Amino acid sequence: MRLYWEVFRHGYRRWATYRAATAAGVFTNTVFGFLRAYVLVAVFAASATIGGYDRSDALTYVFLGQGMIMAVYMWSWWEIALAIRSGDIVTDLSRPFDYQAYWLAQDLGRACYHAVFRGIPPFVVGAIVFDLRMPESPLTWVLFAASVVMAVCVSFGVRFLVNLAAFWLLDYRGVGAIATACGTFLSGFVVPVAFFPGWLAVIAHALPFRGMIQVPIDVFLEKESGGALFVMLAVQVGWAAALFAAGRLVLRAARRRVVVQGG
Amino acid sequence: MDNELRLFPRLAWSRVRGQLEYRLSFALMLIGYFVMTLADFLAIWVIFQHLPLLAGWSLGEVAFLYGTSYVSFRIADMVVGHLDMLPTLVRTGALDTVLTRPLGSLYQVVTIDFGLRHVGAIAQGLVILVIACTTAGIPWDAGRALMLLVTIACGTAIFIAIWIVGATTVFWTLGSGLEVLNAFTYGGNQMANYPINIYAGWLRRIIAFFVPLAFVTYFPSLYILAREDPLHTPELLRFASPLVALAALLVARAVWGQGIRHYQSTGS
Amino acid sequence: MAIIEVRDLSKQFRVARPREGARGPLARVRREYTDVRAVERVSFDVEPGEMVGYIGPNGAGKSTTIKMLTGILVPSGGRLTVAGFEPSRQRKEMARHIGVVFGQRTQLWWDLPLADSFTLLKHIYRVPDERFAANLGRCIDTMEMAEFLRTPVRQLSLGQRMRGELTAALLHNPEVLYLDEPTIGLDVVAKSRIREFLTSLNRDAGTTILLTTHDMGDIERLCRRVIIIDRGGILYDGDLERLKARFATERTLVVDLEEPAPALDVPFATVERVEGPRQWLRFQRADTSAAELIAAVARAARIVDLRVDEPSIEDVVLRIYAGAAKGIAINDPSPG
Repeated sequence: MRLYWEVFRHGYRRWATYRAATAAGVFTNTVFGFLRAYVLVAVFAASATIGGYDRSDALTYVFLGQGMIMAVYMWSWWEIALAIRSGDIVTDLSRPFDYQAYWLAQDLGRACYHAVFRGIPPFVVGAIVFDLRMPESPLTWVLFAASVVMAVCVSFGVRFLVNLAAFWLLDYRGVGAIATACGTFLSGFVVPVAFFPGWLAVIAHALPFRGMIQVPIDVFLEKESGGALFVMLAVQVGWAAALFAAGRLVLRAARRRVVVQGG
Repeated sequence: MDNELRLFPRLAWSRVRGQLEYRLSFALMLIGYFVMTLADFLAIWVIFQHLPLLAGWSLGEVAFLYGTSYVSFRIADMVVGHLDMLPTLVRTGALDTVLTRPLGSLYQVVTIDFGLRHVGAIAQGLVILVIACTTAGIPWDAGRALMLLVTIACGTAIFIAIWIVGATTVFWTLGSGLEVLNAFTYGGNQMANYPINIYAGWLRRIIAFFVPLAFVTYFPSLYILAREDPLHTPELLRFASPLVALAALLVARAVWGQGIRHYQSTGS
Repeated sequence: MAIIEVRDLSKQFRVARPREGARGPLARVRREYTDVRAVERVSFDVEPGEMVGYIGPNGAGKSTTIKMLTGILVPSGGRLTVAGFEPSRQRKEMARHIGVVFGQRTQLWWDLPLADSFTLLKHIYRVPDERFAANLGRCIDTMEMAEFLRTPVRQLSLGQRMRGELTAALLHNPEVLYLDEPTIGLDVVAKSRIREFLTSLNRDAGTTILLTTHDMGDIERLCRRVIIIDRGGILYDGDLERLKARFATERTLVVDLEEPAPALDVPFATVERVEGPRQWLRFQRADTSAAELIAAVARAARIVDLRVDEPSIEDVVLRIYAGAAKGIAINDPSPG
């Protein structure tokens, strides 16, 4: 357990050294927040509510999303794929620790840094300029934090699987682009899933991506309560667990492949 | 200069051949880029499922803005998108090799790569643009058809200029602030996807006159779509894109020159 | 007319470093700057057809000088011309007259067959077809490159790639060729192949070559003249043999005697080592000649075999660096 704690801290520190890059990233995330916010301002000038969201909900949605995007990290993470390509994976797999847990610990460390330093500033700027909705119940903050952690786990589960594809494909970037597209759109990052027309909403609800963005934000906005809230969070946890299990199965198959090929 | 023009197809083709070596993965990447970028349009489409007009613009009209902006942006991305790698070129010394050759430095850095994979994204933009051209109720004539081509050319030039200026800052910041570039390139495209009258006044003034994104689609599209300008800007602006694009390229070239001189006076 | 003229050439870098004691988020914002003098008032001339070794320890200012000569860096002071051009102002024009090989970088297209890089360079430098064919043919023959011309550059061995790099730098018949560590990482065979090629290039085409290297074998085989630089200034500029004569003053006579003997007692020499019948005698050039010493030894014992060890150029240079570090003046500005 001590090892994974150290790996977690390492994941955090790896990013903490790039302060100028963090500042640049905050700037960019905030600019995008503004661009998306003005589109929604125009939308809600024409219609008072959409899918149960009013203007204030939607703006909160945008800036929460911009804050979570780096913590959830759905774009361009290829460390395992690169290790597979370079062949370093063989030594990595022979080390005396759980490969998946190792990377999860590192990713949670990274997410911790990003949640604080890339997440809070865009949201604060958004809250100063626009009228954002804050949770009414203090318990909501706790549930939101837990749900963000789960969102990172779901995202990690997806990224881990996509990276492992590099065992079978010469170039992982094609699969990566498709996974990125699904992640960006079906997570509700670009437009809230609540805005989706019926059939598209059905697809989004049937897939894990919603757990990366939409679920934590709906917790924050207190869109569900009681049993419905519990079910929403349980589904998110369930997806994280299912993706981990799938990751382990695929890794086992990949390991056999490495052994057969002789590394 | 004419040596450089003459060489361009040869250098571009050499980059294309390098990428075609892995055909399957290249095909996957094209599809990936097509799907990935389609999500951007789906966002607009989803919004219009709830309202007929956005700030006075129909889905067809916004799709037209989106299509022209997207095609321009992704062509620019294909030509100069790898300027994002400039810090790597500096670190590995590849820029030194560039400086020992009898060609312009900017030209060589641009021709180091040619992002053929962006064809997938360009195709997506074109599909949306073609649909928009037939559904947005455009009173087509020769002038408008010509204007569409001019608009895409000028938009591409403006995005290229933005990319160059943004990337050149790494000569001073040594790459640590490169992500700011995304706010102006990808952010610029996002901005040009929508009519500028949805943005607040201060942001609009920046777009129109500082980072000239309004000239990528908004102003010329007013002419092509034959519509009123909700902002009542002078009609002359609708035809000003070529001048703005030329000015932007000249500024970009000057900024690059300054950047290279700074590099040469500090070393790597 | 010198082909390279360097006068009082200087280069200072502004180096930022985090302010001492500054911590937290502002540490990277507030910086202190210090000026580092990488090259200071360096002057030398290189005549057409010379092959000059430009050597010095790491950080001495070697590559900064080369970067100024090739137009990559703009000098902070002084003057320089290469083939009649001023590198920083006429970079593109000059580029047609020089060739550059940086041992640890590549000027080839990584993902294309080697031959395709040559074709691209032909067009970049606008080399006429016949000249291109002749130059390429000569390189392919003398460096035995035919079998890997169609191999993508990324799959070439280091030695093969270096032959490709040299060819790439020579396709346009440069008057001056700069080589930065051209044999780094190569095995003995590859090294000697490159050295032979450079010698013939210099002899047959009259190409002026400026070579920086850590490999003293390169210098001994290739260069008659060396320029030694340390801490931005020139320590020595002149004939390699004179350098040896001046600084390699200590030689060693190794004698095999008929039978083991105690350390010999001969004038002007000290016995360094005794190993059975073999003895090592160190002596100074100024004190006695090798012939006198051999005669003296022969009077004391019967000699079976002998040899005189000259110090290697590597020892000499190491001694110069060490002397310079201690502040010992060894400057010999009169060129050989």
